[in-house]
Amino acid sequence: MSAALALGDDALVLSHRLGEWAGHAPVLEEEVALANIALDLLGQARVLLSLVGDEDELAYLREERAFRNLQLVEQPNGDFAHTIARQLYFSVYQHLLYERLAAGDGEFAGLAAKAVKEVAYHRDHAEQWVLRLGDGTEESHGRMQSGLDTLWRFTGEMFQPVEGLDSPESGVDWQVLESSWLAAVTDVVERATLTVPAGPRSGGWAAGAGRQGLHTEPFGRMIAEMQHLHRSHPGASW
Amino acid sequence: MAAVTAHQTTQKTLGTANAAGGAGSTAAAGETDAPAADHLAAFDAAVAADERIEPRDWMPDAYRATLIRQMAQHAHSEIIGMQPEANWITRAPSLRRKAILMAKVQDEAGHGLYLYSAAETLGTSREELLDKLHAGRQRYSSIFNYPTLTWADVGAIGWLVDGAAITNQVPLCRCSYGPYARAMVRICKEESFHQRQGYELLLALSRGTEAQHAMAQDAVNRWWWPSLMMFGPPDDASSHSEQSMAWKIKRHSNDELRRRFVDICVPQAEALGLELPDPDIRWNEELGGHDFGAIDWSEFQEVLKGNGPCNDQRISQRRRAHEEGAWVRDAAAAYAAKHAPAQTSPRTPASASASAQTSASAQHVEETA
Repeated sequence: MSAALALGDDALVLSHRLGEWAGHAPVLEEEVALANIALDLLGQARVLLSLVGDEDELAYLREERAFRNLQLVEQPNGDFAHTIARQLYFSVYQHLLYERLAAGDGEFAGLAAKAVKEVAYHRDHAEQWVLRLGDGTEESHGRMQSGLDTLWRFTGEMFQPVEGLDSPESGVDWQVLESSWLAAVTDVVERATLTVPAGPRSGGWAAGAGRQGLHTEPFGRMIAEMQHLHRSHPGASW
Repeated sequence: MAAVTAHQTTQKTLGTANAAGGAGSTAAAGETDAPAADHLAAFDAAVAADERIEPRDWMPDAYRATLIRQMAQHAHSEIIGMQPEANWITRAPSLRRKAILMAKVQDEAGHGLYLYSAAETLGTSREELLDKLHAGRQRYSSIFNYPTLTWADVGAIGWLVDGAAITNQVPLCRCSYGPYARAMVRICKEESFHQRQGYELLLALSRGTEAQHAMAQDAVNRWWWPSLMMFGPPDDASSHSEQSMAWKIKRHSNDELRRRFVDICVPQAEALGLELPDPDIRWNEELGGHDFGAIDWSEFQEVLKGNGPCNDQRISQRRRAHEEGAWVRDAAAAYAAKHAPAQTSPRTPASASASAQTSASAQHVEETA
């Protein structure tokens, strides 16, 4: 069940970060769109975590080191371009991964077939904004490039095979996934008149870190906020 | 949950076109050369006959101004009203409650979009209205100047604040101005859903642990009186009421709606196992309704003047989000201008890009609904 936990935590944590935008988005249409994406991800998280156990126990009562999400999705929102860079990297990855899972006959095929439609929209939303910001004004170009650059080093971890999805039967070839991802991201970034970042795609020790329960400092604060009320009333139902 | 809300969002997006397009069914449409007196007579007759006034119909300037003021205030209330509830999204105590709350806050953004669009049929623009909000020249509902201090406040807002809003807004579904009336039909459906969710949240707390029950009671204690003030000043002190009633923008007086709300809440509070913080509430056989205690209108006036607990905080956050988002809106406009088709479009780059965004959303939600 570690794959359900890894994919569920990705969705749970990214949904939470997107939820932080509520009331702060740059335009009203984005209040609706970001909340829409957050709700889709939360829905996915609830299905995936429920395969493992009680969704609320898993979300609210695990310690930081027990979460299996990618470090990418826990990164703070930053400015809108930063959030869009995170959305681009993750939604292209999730779309490609779920397409493959949906095409296979593994335990996630049904779930992935349903989610892939949502994720296709998340990807389209991110790509449209990368194009607008990259090819918009000088300021937006600079901010978009900075967002892509900052998060680049968290993208290598995505292609460490997820335990439970590392056999040929899973339908996922992680090397092919990585090259498809790189090609898709390169295409969008270049069309947006931006540059594909040149640095390493993982820190020296970071590859696979989130999947192994090693997170970044902002994550501890994030789950402290997320869990405090639930933990303050042990055994209560809501 | 996501699918439900997504579907609602689609409706809003499509509905905008309806609101803008439903023109010309009544009164003096097309008779631009007729003397003003004829226009006014036709307008008065349409209102008297309970017909809808549509965007292209002639209407008195003061009617137009009153509607813009009221619809803008309503739209502003939706988007400022996102803040006190969004305050709890990251701390919602279960994933189910988190989904419900995010969907609710999203609905409010949708209502804001819908109402700004309806207001635009009167010849104003969202940008202009937001500028007035940010400059303090237009108001939003004072209720959102109170803080959400505990999780139970999310329930109290749903039950009491949305409940009061519905009581106010259901009659607006019969408002004489067509686009506003149609917007309100949709909004009221969602608001009543929110109201039930708030009630259900409070019920879970009231029947929960001792600490949860106390949390619920405390929230009701703090939100009850401000909710009663949402109906506006007493009838004898309400500056806009008389003309709005004559124009059928408004259908019932402030005091009438307030009494109706109290009558609805008393039995609901009993069912919740919570007390309303007013020792003077009692059944009045003669009136067929409840009497209740005197409202502290000096508090209402203070909050209205800007001295409520969160006035500065709410408007500062709104201004900050708008200012920090300026470069994003500029980029979208610049991109749209660069990539516009060769023929000149009557739409501005910004609005074209905004609607492209909305239709991407709408397309998505149809797939997932």
